[in-house]
Order: sequence, then C-alpha cells, then structure tokens
Amino acid sequence: MLRWEATEVKEAATVDAAADIQGTSAPETVVPSSVPQPKDDFQEELVIRPLHSGDIYASFQFRTLWDTDFMRENKVSHYRLFPKSLGQVISKFSVRELHISFTQGYWRTMQWGQPFIPSPPGAELWVWFQDSVTDVDATWKELTNVLSGIFCASLNFIDSTNTVQPSASFKPLGLGNVTDHSFLRYATLPREIVCTENLTPWKKLLPCGSKAGLAVLLKSEKLFHSSFHSQAVHIRSVCQDWQCKTTSWELRQTLNSVFDLHNSGQTKREWSLFKMFSRTLTEACPLASSSKLYIDITDNPQGEQFELSPATSLLSQAVVLGDRRTFSVYDLTQETTFGTVRSLNLLIRWKSNEGEMLRPLLHAERYVAGYGLQTGEIHTLMYNNHPYRSFPVLLLDSVPWYLRLYIHTLSVTSKGKDNKPSYIHYEPSKDRVKPHLLEMLIQLPPNSVTEVTVQFERALLKWTEYPPDPNHGFYVGSSVISSLVPSTVAMHTNSTRERPLFSSFFPCKEESSYFVRIYTEPLLVNLPTPDFSMPYNVICLTCTVVAVGYGSLYNLLTRSFQIEEPNPGLAKRIANVIRRMRGVPPL
Amino acid sequence: MLCYTSLDILDIQWIWQFFSSGHTNNWAVLVCTSRFWFNYRHVANTLSVYRSVKRLGIPDSHIVLMLADDMACNHRNPKPATVFSHKNMELNVYGDDVEVDYRGYEVTVENFLRVLTGRLPPSTPRSKRLLSDDRSNILIYLTGHGGNGFLKFQDSEEISNVELADAFEQMWQKRRYNELLFIIDTCQGASMYERFYSPNIMALASSQVGEDSLSHQPDLAIGVHLMDRYTFYMLEFLEDIHPASKTNMNDLFKVCPKSQCVSTPGHRTDLFLRDPGSVLITDFFGSVRKVELTMDAINLTDPIKQMEEDPVNGEEQKEVYSYADQLPVSEIIHQKPKQKDWHPPDGFILGLWTLILLVFFKTYGIKHLKHIF
Repeated sequence: MLRWEATEVKEAATVDAAADIQGTSAPETVVPSSVPQPKDDFQEELVIRPLHSGDIYASFQFRTLWDTDFMRENKVSHYRLFPKSLGQVISKFSVRELHISFTQGYWRTMQWGQPFIPSPPGAELWVWFQDSVTDVDATWKELTNVLSGIFCASLNFIDSTNTVQPSASFKPLGLGNVTDHSFLRYATLPREIVCTENLTPWKKLLPCGSKAGLAVLLKSEKLFHSSFHSQAVHIRSVCQDWQCKTTSWELRQTLNSVFDLHNSGQTKREWSLFKMFSRTLTEACPLASSSKLYIDITDNPQGEQFELSPATSLLSQAVVLGDRRTFSVYDLTQETTFGTVRSLNLLIRWKSNEGEMLRPLLHAERYVAGYGLQTGEIHTLMYNNHPYRSFPVLLLDSVPWYLRLYIHTLSVTSKGKDNKPSYIHYEPSKDRVKPHLLEMLIQLPPNSVTEVTVQFERALLKWTEYPPDPNHGFYVGSSVISSLVPSTVAMHTNSTRERPLFSSFFPCKEESSYFVRIYTEPLLVNLPTPDFSMPYNVICLTCTVVAVGYGSLYNLLTRSFQIEEPNPGLAKRIANVIRRMRGVPPL
Repeated sequence: MLCYTSLDILDIQWIWQFFSSGHTNNWAVLVCTSRFWFNYRHVANTLSVYRSVKRLGIPDSHIVLMLADDMACNHRNPKPATVFSHKNMELNVYGDDVEVDYRGYEVTVENFLRVLTGRLPPSTPRSKRLLSDDRSNILIYLTGHGGNGFLKFQDSEEISNVELADAFEQMWQKRRYNELLFIIDTCQGASMYERFYSPNIMALASSQVGEDSLSHQPDLAIGVHLMDRYTFYMLEFLEDIHPASKTNMNDLFKVCPKSQCVSTPGHRTDLFLRDPGSVLITDFFGSVRKVELTMDAINLTDPIKQMEEDPVNGEEQKEVYSYADQLPVSEIIHQKPKQKDWHPPDGFILGLWTLILLVFFKTYGIKHLKHIF
C-alpha cells in the first residue's frame, strides 16, 4: 500500500521538478487542486571510499529540499518530509543558516585525506541569523537551549564564555547578499560526547526514520566502534534553479565514519556492508527521489587493486576536493540492484596492497609546549605541500579566558623567516565573560611549514568554578583553518547542475581553486588545581589546635584548685571509728 | 441515570474502583549521580530501571533520565554503545533507542531540585522538564554513593535528606503529584526517606542506616562491577511484570531479602493513604492510561484555511540571489582600515614648552631667565 502511494507522490515530485527546470511559473495540476502540490524532495546517498591504510570511510548524506517561506507571518503548519522540530526552530529564532555537528575522534588528514564534510572533535554550532533579529545574543542563548533538548546534548553549556563572533571566517554557505558578521555566532564544546542518545533523535529527523533506505545501516554498536564518527545537521537556503530568483530551504544530515581494519578484528583486508554496519540494504526509502550508493574506484580502474561484488555497470565521475574521482554507482531505487536475494551486501576484496595516497595539499597540527603549571606556549603548524603555488589561509583561534594569551609574543614564521599576516583581528578576553578571538589571514609559501606561536599564562580559577573532575584537564577548542586550495582539475562553478550530494556542499566561485576547511586537534591543558580536601583538613587541624591550646589555657585560668585529702584506707577508717567512740582525735 | 440501573453489582464496583485510583498519567525521574568508570554499576542500575519503565509503557517524553557520566561511549568500554547488566554480556540495557535528558556535568543538585519543583529557566526544552500535574504518579529512582542523611552528586556536592523532603513538600503544595514512589539504592539509603513529611509518598531503600549496599557481580571482560544487588534483583522481578499484571507493592517490598542482598532493604508507607496491597506495580512503573468518557458535545474551531500558494512570480522578483564568496581575500584585507600610529599634531611639543615657559616667567618675573640659560 505504501509503495503505491509513494509512487504517486514521486511522479508528482518529478513532474514538478521538470516543470521548474523548464522555467514555467504555474504549478502543474497533475494532482487535483484540493491537495497542495508537494514542493519537497528527499535524496539519500552513501559514499564509500577505501583508504590506503586499510581502513574504510563511509559518508552518508540525506538531503531534504523544501520550497517554503519560514519567515512569513502565518506559521507553516503542514510538514511532510521536512522535520517539524527543525522547521519550528527556524521560524521561531529567525535562523538564516544553522550548522551543528557532533564528532567523536579526530580526523587524521595525513592518513585519510580530506573529508567530504569537515568537523572538529566534540560539538560545534554556528548560526547565521536573519537581519530582523534585534538581540542576537539572547536569541542565541535560547536557540542553544532548544537544540540541547532536540539532540539530547548538553548544548546549554554554550554561553558567552565560549561563543565568539568571527569577523572573516564562516561566511554563509547558503544564499544571501548581505554578510554582516554581527549576525554570526560560533561556539564549540570540545568535551561533548557523542553516543546513541544523540544518534536516536538524529535518526528520527529523517523522513523514513531508520526503517527503510540507507538509514537501516545506522546501528549504534558498529558506528561507535570506529576511529571517527561524526554526525551533523546543516540547514541553509539554496537556489531552486539556475536563475536563482527563488530559494528553497535545504536540510542536509550527514554522517561520516571511518572503520578501522584491525579494531574490527579482521586479518584479511576485506570489507562488506555487513562487516561495517552489521546490516544489509533491502530497499530504498520510498519517499526518496534518489537513493544511491557510490564506491570510489579511482585507484582501481582495471580492477587490479580490489574487486567489487556484486558488479555494477553504472559509473559516474565527479570533481570533488580538487580531484576528478570515478565512482561505481548502485541505484537502490531499481529492483535489479538487489538481485534475487533481495538484499544488497556489497563486498570489496583486496588483491594487492600497492598504491600511494595523494598527499593532501593543506594540513595542520597544534600542540602545547612548555612545562609546569604556570606558563605555556601554543604552537600551530600549517603545512603547504604544493610544490610551487602559495595560497592564503584564514586561521581562527578561540581560546578560553583562563589561558591568558600574551599577544605581544605572537609570531608567525615560514621557512625560518617572519611572515606578516595581511589581516589580523584580535578580541581580548574578559575574565569569566568572553574568550580570546584571534583571526589571521596568512599567505602560505609553497612547500613550507608555517608556525604560529603564542605564549600564555594559566589562571587560577575560583574553587566553585572547577568541574567535578578537574584533574582531567581543560579543553581548548580546535583552531579552524579556512583556505582556497589550488585544484588540479577545473572545479564546476554552476551550482544547479545535477551532481552527487557529496560534491555540492561548498559552493564554488572559481574553477582554479576549491574551498576547504580543516580543524586542528583540540588541546588539553592542566590548570593549577587546589587540593579540594584542604578545607576539611584545615577545619580539623584548626579545631584540634583550638581545643588543645585554648582549652588548656582556659582551664588554667578559670578553674580554682583545692587541696583534697586523699581517701584513707580501710584499716585507718576502722581505727578512726574506734577512736571517735573512745573520744580521741582521729588519725 | 437510567444507564446505571441496567448494570449489575460487579460493574458498579469496577466503576467505583476506576474513579478511586486517581492518577491519569505517569512520570519517571531516574537519576544516576556518580561519575568515573568504576561507578559503571550505577549507570547500569539507572538504565535497567529506564528499560523496565519504557517496556511497561511510559514514553520518553514522560521520563527524565539523568546520567552523570557516559559509560557506553567511554573509551574504556571494550564494547562501545553498550551497557550490560548481566555478566557475559547477556543483557544490553542501553539499547538502541535511548534519550538521556541530563548528562555529564548537568547532573547537579540544583538541576535535580529544579526539575522536581518545576522552577526551570523559561528556555528549558520540554524534554528536560517534569510537566506533572495533580493526577500524575511519579517514580523517582536515585542511585549513587550515599551516607547517613546525604547522597553524593558527582564527587563534588551532596543533597541532604532534609532538602529532598522539602522539595517533595514543595511538589505537594504545588500539586505536582498525585502519588510518589521513591526508590533509592545507595549505602544507608533508608536515611534519605526518614525526613519525608508530605502525604502520598511511598519509599523503598536498599539498606538501613549503618549498612552498606553491595554490588552484585563483576564482568572480567569489562573489568568493573556491573550492577548493585538490590537493583539486580529488582530488575529480575520487573522483567516478569507486563502491562496487565496485577502484582502489588507488597511483592516489591519482598524483593531482595537479606540472604540475597546482604543488606536489609527497607520501606516506608506511613505517609501513603492507600493500602500498599491495593497499589499495583504498574501504577508507578507502567503507563496504564485511563480513559474518561464524556457525553458533552464539543464545538470544533474554524477549519484551518489552506494558505493559497502564491504563484511562482519569477517575473516580479527582481532580486537575484547568489552564494557568498567563502574566502574573499581582498575584501578581508581591506575590511579593517590600517591602523596608523597616532602622532600629535606638528609643533605641539614646541608650543607646549613655550606655554610653560611663558607662564613661569609671568608668575615669577624675568630675572629668573638667567638661571635657565
């Protein structure tokens, strides 16, 4: 029954999409006018990319497009594919763009290459508000509380002490002609944990839930037993067609995982959907207009490295991350993909272990140097691995107030020489109110390492401000490095061409370079912690001293002493009694 | 009135019982107050009660689950995303469909008392609130490390039995509960219910004052004790309950005798108005909905008018949108005007010295000039 209904909707949706492409203005009347024309569309895809170390990278993307206006006065009341909780958040808080991600683990760029959607460890939230918002800070605070309820995360810990307003980074990824950075807020919680309780509400936002389509593969026991797990929600407005006079809202839910070969207990290098997710695919989501599975076979053109089974004849090429990659495609909306067993368990078996990974052009590291609990130095290293081209990077650092940065010790050196940034924006911190914000635009010379160092001093917190486990340390959020990296192939600048979801996340304005954002490691810094048993010990000691010392003195001064005859022995008492009877004075 | 006469005695008794139990909805507040990996068993305790309560029908929207630390995705856990209650990993109480409302550092005495009394900041989401009314039966379960008269929260603060009793009294005065079942599994747990003074509270504890509650069994693969004894036997008891069972509270009082638990579980029913033998387990652990029939007619509001979708007016919209440039280098560089160092205006210092000398000589006379030059 469900399939019959879905087919009708799908037809109407594709007819509507076709009508849009042709540029007609009136809605098609395939469906009778009493039923509103569905203007939403859902696509899902999974990209599997084998990595050179034997691990495998799986990236899910679920995209819902909806042509509606959340900002009008009458509230939107009829939700179909777009989740109602997020729609209400957008209209209530006048959100222009929202990006939230939860990550466990750190993305190792040198071993795994560049991810399709980057994210820092912990939780990250950045939001662009509409121009109509008058008090951005109050709206931001309410928004974080509401999101903490939706995603079951402790996002209510985002307050002014870890929120910054970047002045040049994090330009909107969606449409918009005005970019006034006073409507942007960015916050990160490096300590936030991701677990099943965050995955459950995330899965509930999908139109098919976790019951059909690619989302059946999302089982928490396998997903969290991985080297890297990141789930994110991105909401923005996009062009409907090439003319870009009307916009629609796009909701992208992405999930990236890297499965470790040795961690999962395998000896041979062989991956299958069942080994990765403990499930196989049986059908596409009936509400999806496209449901595809891509396997990256660029390193395997003739099948000499690994073999895919079941084989597929569909191939697709896409330009992503500055490189032209070839993919084998499995279309889950076709019945033939599932074969006679009606389930798809993709198997990738390796034959040889050769091949080198393309070195990523941009890579960054960060660490704390120094010793002791008073001072230290933060070093950020940025590697430009291009042999002859230099490119600019924008470095954003947000350091909590309890690490007091000395900006006069800031130094940026490349190849041993001083490299003056062409733009520096620094906002000093205020104790217990706001963190440090440092943004710099640095030109990285070709084939070089650029080192940014700044010294800091650790503050002593008030004893109520320590968390229950202060000896774990305090986290400093990842630095964000945004850059335009030169590309080896021409990037596509036309944003409305039909292309897979993973290559259309960052908009491209020019063909010779592509935008990339990388995150460094978060830092774990020990602050000087007091001895928390100290008050108890002091009270015990002081009371003992007072009792013994003062007490003795008090007794000596206030007591009066009388001499007392000791009690005479029994014999003497009897003798005294006899003496008394005789009338003689006692002994 | 005519309809009553056609019913027989048994039906009338059933109808009166229907109206006398009193509650229409169920809530549960489940709190684990301990942090650190070696307190795995407290999280497993709380999750096993959560699992039973969900299985018997209370939905996630009516459960406030507070876990002070994350055991499932802890890096020490050899099986991520699982929390086991039985050794040899038989039963995963964490499951696939869990929603934790307060986690990590959010589990504090202040938040716990605010949830109970309802005094939360206005922007708190619904899933973090206890939206009970005067016909709600609430189950409150606490576990962690405790002592005589207090319960330790996260190794840094305590809640005392007096504070807890006062919170319940606030709840009573605001009519936030119909009946309340309080279960605590800590050392010297009975001390926590000694000070209650509000009506309609029934309390159970895993040990008396002066006794320690012991843990049940370790799992050698995970390396820590998995559950506490009292909650382990209570979980086994609850596994036999289904939404239609008629087991009453007297059976729950008998759970975990001294031979199994080593400590003596205690209970307190003097504040409870009904007889414990007539209170069903599902009155607190399950969500047996009672339906009230009404014979009145209700007027529906005006039907929601479907908004007429404006025809796509591509011709009228002049504004063309475009994507923002992600890294506009020249725009960024020229964003800030170059900070030039500020110099005082020309000749300023010279003029200043001339003024000083002039004033000096005016005051003291010209004859001092020879001392200067």
